[in-house]
Amino acid sequence: MLTSVQDLGRPGHRQLGINPGGALNGLALSAANLLVGNAIDAAGLEITMGACEMRFTVDTRIALGGDDFDARLDGKSITPYWSVPVRAGQILKLAHAGPNATQGMRSYLAIAGGIAVAEVLGSRSTDLKANFGGHEGRALRKGDSLPQGPATTTIAGPAFGVRSPAWSGVGTQTQDGSKLIHLRVLPGPEFEQFTVAAKNALWLDKWRITPNSNRMGYRLEGPELKRKQGRDLLSHGVVPGVIQVPPSGQPIILMGDAQTTGGYPKIGVVIQADMWKLAQAPLNAQLQLQPCDLEQALHAWEEQQAYLEGIRQTLAALDWSRATQYKK
Amino acid sequence: MYDPRGLTGSAPRTIWMTMIQPQIHFLGDSALLCNLPSPATLPHQRRIWSIAEQAAGWPEVSEVVPGMNNLTLILSRPVVDMDAVSQRILALWPQVDASHVAGREIDIPVAYGGKDGPDLDIVARHTGLSTKEVIQRHSDADYVVYFIGFMPGFAYMGGLDPALATPRQDEPRLSIPAGSVGIGGEQTGIYPLASPGGWQLIGRTALPLFDPNRTPPTLLRPGDRVRFTVERIAK
Repeated sequence: MLTSVQDLGRPGHRQLGINPGGALNGLALSAANLLVGNAIDAAGLEITMGACEMRFTVDTRIALGGDDFDARLDGKSITPYWSVPVRAGQILKLAHAGPNATQGMRSYLAIAGGIAVAEVLGSRSTDLKANFGGHEGRALRKGDSLPQGPATTTIAGPAFGVRSPAWSGVGTQTQDGSKLIHLRVLPGPEFEQFTVAAKNALWLDKWRITPNSNRMGYRLEGPELKRKQGRDLLSHGVVPGVIQVPPSGQPIILMGDAQTTGGYPKIGVVIQADMWKLAQAPLNAQLQLQPCDLEQALHAWEEQQAYLEGIRQTLAALDWSRATQYKK
Repeated sequence: MYDPRGLTGSAPRTIWMTMIQPQIHFLGDSALLCNLPSPATLPHQRRIWSIAEQAAGWPEVSEVVPGMNNLTLILSRPVVDMDAVSQRILALWPQVDASHVAGREIDIPVAYGGKDGPDLDIVARHTGLSTKEVIQRHSDADYVVYFIGFMPGFAYMGGLDPALATPRQDEPRLSIPAGSVGIGGEQTGIYPLASPGGWQLIGRTALPLFDPNRTPPTLLRPGDRVRFTVERIAK
């Protein structure tokens, strides 16, 4: 439905109003990149809700991260976090998400050598709002072809995989078939300005991700969150993860393409280590927000970094041409 | 949003100025927001630019975002010891020398009225001024870029003549051409990119406000002083 070239983003220009953007699930893209011998920040594809088909014009190696949407290479199933050799002419196809899709949201495709579109302001990510970077500054369309960088590893060896990250499965199925996803949240600067009822609702109620959600922000639906005092805030810098509450009382979680500044009160901020869950959360999923502290936030982040480091070390010792045979 | 009168006049030279301390909030596990007490003043903002410039060089800081009377520091990774970063800012605050942030002087030629500024008449009617007077007051004033936000290169500027304040349109336009100069409430600004928007459009500049392939990519930066010059007035 929406596929764009993304790397780990374009930090360093926020004070000029340019948001960092990049893969919403940077962990999935990083892991997939490592699996094809790339640096973690090489550019890949962020594929939203499946429905994507591509043909490879050269022999190469690919890995998927995030959701698989029944990905098939010439009809043969591809598992996320496996490194798979591809021959020229082969076709990779991700299925359409059904109207009530609960299987996920985003897939990340890494290709050996990375997608070699030109760097703009230090990144190959597509800025879909300001229309620059990536492929012609826009989402991909049928018929586009993309340049590939030089691979740094043997691409012809057998397929192999790594243990799926502990953080790869998002949420649990509820009785009505929707997903329930737990997010750890630190209280925001204006947390105490909200009513007791609002503070309780934040932690105790479930919040639905409405379909009016995108790479800029996720609009949630639940009980109205009211502030005790209605003083307006001056515009200030914001970051992805900020849960801002506009006058409607319905919170919005800012995502990677959010504006660099905002002015709504911030009741909480999702910890960095849980942002990947939002990238993978299907529309209409239910969120359960859990209070946490800085120490837990840091611990969760370090665990994820250790997972990536584990892959990096395993691959450093790997003879790519003799890797474990891929059996499925 | 803020009182623009606080932006233009010089700050009262009272002793409390030096005693004001920023209030620091954690913005999640990897950002800090430093707020100054109201009202927003140019001397405060100068200190914010100056602290932003210094903090950008700290190893744990990956980005600095000056806002209106505040500063957000974005850290390169989550840290437990945010208090250490907070202390550093609080220690720096009274010492910082804000006078060296001079900014650049930038003239922006504007074609006023006509199809470049379709709302010039609305502003004239609302303010009770002639269109000529609106243009004169808009182009006579000196503006200061307080910060950039909303979209790449969009400058929040202080300095609009209060007599020109005009409410936004009831229904935002779906697309405003890049370079459009508008008035929204008590602010004036330029749209760097085509975008939806509700400001009253009084003119348009041909200067590119944002070009990702140039260094720096935006025409305006925090601290710049801006003047609008009359390139032409549509008959």
